[in-house]
Amino acid sequence: MTQSRQEIAEANRRRYEELRAAGQELTPKGLPEPTALDGAPISTDAVIHREQVPPGWYTTVRLRRGEALRLVDDTGRSSISLIGWREEDTSERINCADTVKVQWSAAISKGRVILSDMGRVLLSLIEDTSGAHDLLMGGSTPTSTRATFGVNMRNTHDNFVAAASKIGLGVRDIPPCVTFFAPVSVDDSGRFCWREGCKRPGDFVDLRSEMNLVVVASNCPHPLDPARPEASGSVTLIKHRVPPAKSDDLCRTAAPEAARAFAFTDRLFT
Amino acid sequence: MSNTGISDAVYSCDIPAERPWSRVLARGQTLRIIDSEGQQAVDALLYCADDPAERYSAQDTLRVQGSAYIELGTHLISNKGRVMARITADTCGRHDTSAGCCACESNAVRFGETTRYQHACRENFILELSKHGLTKRDIVSNLNFFMNVPIEPSGKFTVVDGTSAPGNYVEVTADMAVLFVISNCPQVNNPCNDFNPTPIRVVVRDAPGS
Repeated sequence: MTQSRQEIAEANRRRYEELRAAGQELTPKGLPEPTALDGAPISTDAVIHREQVPPGWYTTVRLRRGEALRLVDDTGRSSISLIGWREEDTSERINCADTVKVQWSAAISKGRVILSDMGRVLLSLIEDTSGAHDLLMGGSTPTSTRATFGVNMRNTHDNFVAAASKIGLGVRDIPPCVTFFAPVSVDDSGRFCWREGCKRPGDFVDLRSEMNLVVVASNCPHPLDPARPEASGSVTLIKHRVPPAKSDDLCRTAAPEAARAFAFTDRLFT
Repeated sequence: MSNTGISDAVYSCDIPAERPWSRVLARGQTLRIIDSEGQQAVDALLYCADDPAERYSAQDTLRVQGSAYIELGTHLISNKGRVMARITADTCGRHDTSAGCCACESNAVRFGETTRYQHACRENFILELSKHGLTKRDIVSNLNFFMNVPIEPSGKFTVVDGTSAPGNYVEVTADMAVLFVISNCPQVNNPCNDFNPTPIRVVVRDAPGS
């Protein structure tokens, strides 16, 4: 029997409400506690590359599928803004809007994923000590540093332009970014606010690469960071090998949406 | 021009349900977007007409205004930090710019593989942008007029029923010559269009006294 438009609309609404309930009530209950500050040690022989990025600067890292990148806020006074592209086709890139929308949450923490614009998983948060990251507001820019500090300063926008240019990309390739160690929330009136007390020296996140990627990490103060004069401190990036994800992998099984995104990602490699 | 409801209109067009549209607005021109039948999301992108590498930036816009929703008075900021346009009238109240546009690929992730082969805003954007020499690469986080996406302090992020009534409108006045691109959202899997996409109307008028 053919369904009427009304019946289809009602069925679609029911499915949406079921997905919403699962995504906002069931999934968060299954997410793990944050990683302990002294947890998840990386053995020396798993380290591929380690570098320290000084305040204001950036670095570009290539990750093969299955490798991980640890980002460490050495002093508890830095934030790291990050963008990334699929190495084989850089028109596929990080998509913060889909990351938030698909997971029903603007907050990401251990067990969550960062999605590309093609319905695939770019990065998995396999370890995370803080869960205090920003996907909505973005990094610093020439305008924001002048507004905040009254002078031109090194900033994330310019870092992204420079990094993109060095791999043959340009301004058109720079998408909205995620900023780690930036505890941004939206209050009841819709204003952005900085949650105090959510940053500690040594906070880290481990991002497992789910496809071959080029990522850029920029170590500049987040525009909302109230630290004056500027927040500053080095950050450490450790590219390392992690065990392959098993079928019961935390990030793969955290939500039905994530499971589908992983299935679509796997098709690139099978 | 007749039948616009606006005596000084220089252009008007009904955009059918699920269809894209684009037009260059001269500096000072105002675009009125009318939600003709109500509860219809309208996805939009802006590009500097003289240099499309400069385009609307959702994150710059939200950072500059310090709050998470588009409303009367919001300055729409480019990726170079310039004001491209501003919201000069709004009978609806609140609009989104954090949820992006629907796409075949993200629909399949959100709602299951069976929804992959449904028309989506990104298909509209790609086809409309191709008329202007632009590609998927040029699609950034967009505006979603009449789309209701509350973000709670916990981060909880939900597309809920739209609040726009039939005839509600929003007006965008251009601060520079902009290519304005619209996808009249075809999404039928969430409440942004009340599960029933409908037509919208756009009307352009010149700056007063021009």
